[in-house]
Amino acid sequence: MRQIRQWGPGLLLVAPSLIVLGIFVYGFMGWTANLSFTSARGRNLTGDYVGFDNYRELADERGVTGQRFGIDTQNVLIFTAVFVAGSLIAGLVMALLLDRGVRGESFFRSVFIFPMAISFIAIAIVWRWLLSNGTGTQLTGLNKLFSASGLGFLANDWFKSDSGWAIAAVALPAGWALSGYVMALFLAGIRGVPDDLREAARVDGAREPQVLWHVVRPMLLPVTMSALVILAHISLKTFDLIYAMDLKSLKIDTPALFMWFTTFEGGFYGRGAAIAMLLLAGVAVVIIPYIWYSVRAERRS
Amino acid sequence: MTTRTATGPVRIESRWARPLQVGRYLLLFAFACFFLMPVYVLVVTALKDPVQVSVSRMWELPQSLSLNGFREVWPKLRPGLVNSVLLAVPVSIISSVLGAANGFVLSKWRFPGADIVFPLILFGMFIPYQAILIPMVRTMRDLGMQGGLDGLILVHVIYGLPITTLIFRSYFAGISDELIDAAKVDGAGMLRTLAYVALPIAPPAFAVAMIWQFTSSWNDFLFGVMLTSKENWPVTVALNNIAGGQQVPFHEVMASGLLACLPTLLVYVVLGRFFMRGLMAGALKG
Repeated sequence: MRQIRQWGPGLLLVAPSLIVLGIFVYGFMGWTANLSFTSARGRNLTGDYVGFDNYRELADERGVTGQRFGIDTQNVLIFTAVFVAGSLIAGLVMALLLDRGVRGESFFRSVFIFPMAISFIAIAIVWRWLLSNGTGTQLTGLNKLFSASGLGFLANDWFKSDSGWAIAAVALPAGWALSGYVMALFLAGIRGVPDDLREAARVDGAREPQVLWHVVRPMLLPVTMSALVILAHISLKTFDLIYAMDLKSLKIDTPALFMWFTTFEGGFYGRGAAIAMLLLAGVAVVIIPYIWYSVRAERRS
Repeated sequence: MTTRTATGPVRIESRWARPLQVGRYLLLFAFACFFLMPVYVLVVTALKDPVQVSVSRMWELPQSLSLNGFREVWPKLRPGLVNSVLLAVPVSIISSVLGAANGFVLSKWRFPGADIVFPLILFGMFIPYQAILIPMVRTMRDLGMQGGLDGLILVHVIYGLPITTLIFRSYFAGISDELIDAAKVDGAGMLRTLAYVALPIAPPAFAVAMIWQFTSSWNDFLFGVMLTSKENWPVTVALNNIAGGQQVPFHEVMASGLLACLPTLLVYVVLGRFFMRGLMAGALKG
């Protein structure tokens, strides 16, 4: 009884939040999961139970739906690979450039990170112009810049390219938006390495690159994992950016957009729910181990 | 390379120090140009006179400055800006207050099972919203909260709970238990301890949580487009609508983009320190 007096009020205070989150996160996910096993069409969300039919249809590359989902899956994997690798490398390079103190560090830092404060809609509006594939009198954006500086061979069709890699071009605005964030994570990680350790290595005759490789690098593994997980889950979820760049283009279609069109434009609520569940599964595979690891690391310390 | 005399490394470093330093600044400068390039295009185009705006001359500076673009789009964008203010201000305040209460309990007034509840809360901030979108829209419709801003505020507050709870939990975890225990010994209950011991030292956490929620509700598109009718569109939806229209001149599109970004950019410039802390918290790095 005295025990409950102790913690009772606390539980009471968080109870409303817990209940609401329970409904809006877990209840709704369960509802979506349920819906994905039905043939529901239209907003009233009623339909017959069809088992795994919706999932089977998405997997069946002979049908139109399956074909599109196949392309979407491939697209989002390409996008994730290019965007995550690009942002990690750019972020690490920027952090290393800033690490040992440069003049105007706070200026550079601010410039690298400010895109985090801007909506993907605004980012898409500028970048879809920068990545225009116009030629002749319509030549503009990066292609124009390339041709003006004698790098014309770099010009390409970007996200309107006919190749299966068109979506890789979207990694450019996405990386523009997030690599500064990665830089900040790495910079915090690098500066978290005790100075004594670095100094000790220097005294032992190690030069700067060796100090970085043998002393700093092993300690950056946790930061790299965080950045990797954050970027990967963002890339799977990316919606606004692609929507505002070219919303009806199959070249840069992803499951996140396909779910939206299937459900809210096509009215195939059951199938849309199935796509949503697959997307959730993809994110959960990355995120759950990460949360588990973070919580455990906190408990140990 | 292999000879490591006492003076060797020092000599090598001094010979390469200067070119290395120059290269470092050149690279930093190149990165800065890359990040500022879209801003340049945005500002330069928005300030151009309509007759000077042409696709092929996007990189050229305006010959004369003109606020025409802003004047043209202002009536179209103003309702969106107003709506976003009416959205983001209550969202940031309500979310932070709830986050403060949750964070306090989960760090300093724990109940059995708090360790299981917290990761479950955290998961809510990483989910793809597609997985809850269909039931959420349906529920808001049933509650009669689709179309207006009230429903959008509610939804942002709810899905903002994980991050604000995390921010305050990390913050309060940093204050010593002795402070809390002293209050308990003095006979203070939970609410008293929260109000007189925890909250007075929490303004930095409030800044972090409020900025985070302000920025994310201002920049949200998906919830806004699903839950509001045209007269209540937040600025992102209005902006997308202007930019997606046929025959909208570039200087107007860029002027709208600039106007839509200004509030969050201003917050970033003035309160960047707190913004950064929010970003770090978002990566579960306390």
